[in-house]
Amino acid sequence: MRGHRRSVKKARAPRLVPLVELAHARSGDKGDTANVGLIAKRPADYELLRRQVTAARVARHFKGLIEGPVERFELPNLHALNFLLHGALDGGGTVSLKTDAQGKVFSTALLRLAIPVAR
Amino acid sequence: MTDTLRIAAGQGFWGDWLEAPYRQVTQGPVDYLMMDYLAEVTMSIMQKQKSRDPSQGYARDFLPLMERILPVLAARKIRVTTNAGGVNPRACALAVAEIARRLQLGRRLKIGIVTGDDLLDRLDDLLQRGHPLANLDTGRPLSDVRGQVLSANAYLGAAPVVEALARGADIVITGRVTDTGLTLGPMMHAFRWRPDDWDKLAAGTVAGHTIECGAQASGGNCLVDWERIPDLANVGYPIAEARADGTFEITKHPGTGGRISVAGVTEQLVYEMGDPASYITPDCVADFTSIRLAQAGKDRVRFSGIRGRPATDKLKVSLAYFYGYKAVGTLVYAWPDAYKKARAADRILRQRLADLGLAFEAIRTEFVGVDAAHGRLALEAAAEAPEVQLRVAVRAREKAPVERFTREIAPLILNGPPSVTGFAGGRPKPEEIVAYWPALIDKSEVRACVDIVEA
Repeated sequence: MRGHRRSVKKARAPRLVPLVELAHARSGDKGDTANVGLIAKRPADYELLRRQVTAARVARHFKGLIEGPVERFELPNLHALNFLLHGALDGGGTVSLKTDAQGKVFSTALLRLAIPVAR
Repeated sequence: MTDTLRIAAGQGFWGDWLEAPYRQVTQGPVDYLMMDYLAEVTMSIMQKQKSRDPSQGYARDFLPLMERILPVLAARKIRVTTNAGGVNPRACALAVAEIARRLQLGRRLKIGIVTGDDLLDRLDDLLQRGHPLANLDTGRPLSDVRGQVLSANAYLGAAPVVEALARGADIVITGRVTDTGLTLGPMMHAFRWRPDDWDKLAAGTVAGHTIECGAQASGGNCLVDWERIPDLANVGYPIAEARADGTFEITKHPGTGGRISVAGVTEQLVYEMGDPASYITPDCVADFTSIRLAQAGKDRVRFSGIRGRPATDKLKVSLAYFYGYKAVGTLVYAWPDAYKKARAADRILRQRLADLGLAFEAIRTEFVGVDAAHGRLALEAAAEAPEVQLRVAVRAREKAPVERFTREIAPLILNGPPSVTGFAGGRPKPEEIVAYWPALIDKSEVRACVDIVEA
């Protein structure tokens, strides 16, 4: 009976899981654009990432921290998504006044994003 | 024909670990040592150095390295491909030849010099003939900053590297050759790949991308399982073991530290990636969505299935132009209320800068320990931070306001908020900004040039 109740609760409320539990990432720069490659830790979770980590959701996550739009590309062969964060680096390269002028830690900043996962 | 070709990465950027190339050529068998020295901002740094001293403008670290490893290279018949030549490959090659003579290795040594990437003297002619060299990111025409341009280099591909190797070069020193071309070139030469065998060229390009950042493919800067990656103190840099059919494996010398895993290699594959289906180089368009990876043993990842498409008719051009000045001032505030004190100091500093009437293009404040890495996403622990570094950076077209700013940091130690330290470095220095301008040009406008120098 307890098992039954638990499964009802499962269906009702997906839990929010931070990406750091599901994925790893590496980021870098191209001019004023930062790229973040997001890689599923378990290949089986790639589909979940593909459905939930949309360009729109990533743009909301980084609102106020980047000035341009977010583009997303899919690499199903590597169980990875690639995001381009435009206008992320205060001009980029030598012009930028940021500590992270080369966008090296946008990777873990993205891993703070929590996505809904069915229980 | 060679069965397996072993190309070892020795430097991932100018300033990388000095021990890596020596270990790559001494800790196991390799055929080539490939060293990438040029990041996008590196060319502008070298240009600055060349403008101060016309005999400079290349990666100076390359010379003591060559002095150390030339005897090993000669004894083991290991060839070198490198873009250490920067904006002055000829000066770099002549300096290496001089070292070879001094070590009495000269008679056997041929150095290939790849030039033709430098477009600086041709800019006005190109603009006049209707090449706008518009900024790839902003669309602005180059004429907007023409008067400030300090360097202009087209990215050359593997072809001139192949030519230099075919003409017997033991060491190929290039200017702005793509990172990937330095790895693809030896493969095309060894396996006699045709320049329109797009799948194979794409495979060599992917191999180049994988090892061009050095240890980033073998456990360095690797997030996945990072705490258990063994012995990074002795990290082995990656080696591409290529075969004529376009498959290859990434591995490292036995007994070295680090790790080569599918997950770690995948991190490197997505590094600095744009559209993964169209990784554009002068040599081909590689499709990263075609790559198949498999763990083929301990510290060994096998790549297969790579597809490529014909190269475009354009080359990317990297221009550097004088932009202005910047400076960064820092102070460290301690508990209690470290973050509060740092914010108060920032307000006081900004008021003083405003009262002085200084005109900056930008002032940026970061609180290192709180928000420098992740901005507002990371403010949760700010109030409890045991210490915070206030980091204020300014940028201006003129030097004077930046210079004045550098004198406004130290006074805060005695006339601002308390519990402040970390100023032993003294007054910050204004720094010239040489900015990067990416553009495209028709391939037909650029002719690579290969010279061979016998030391």
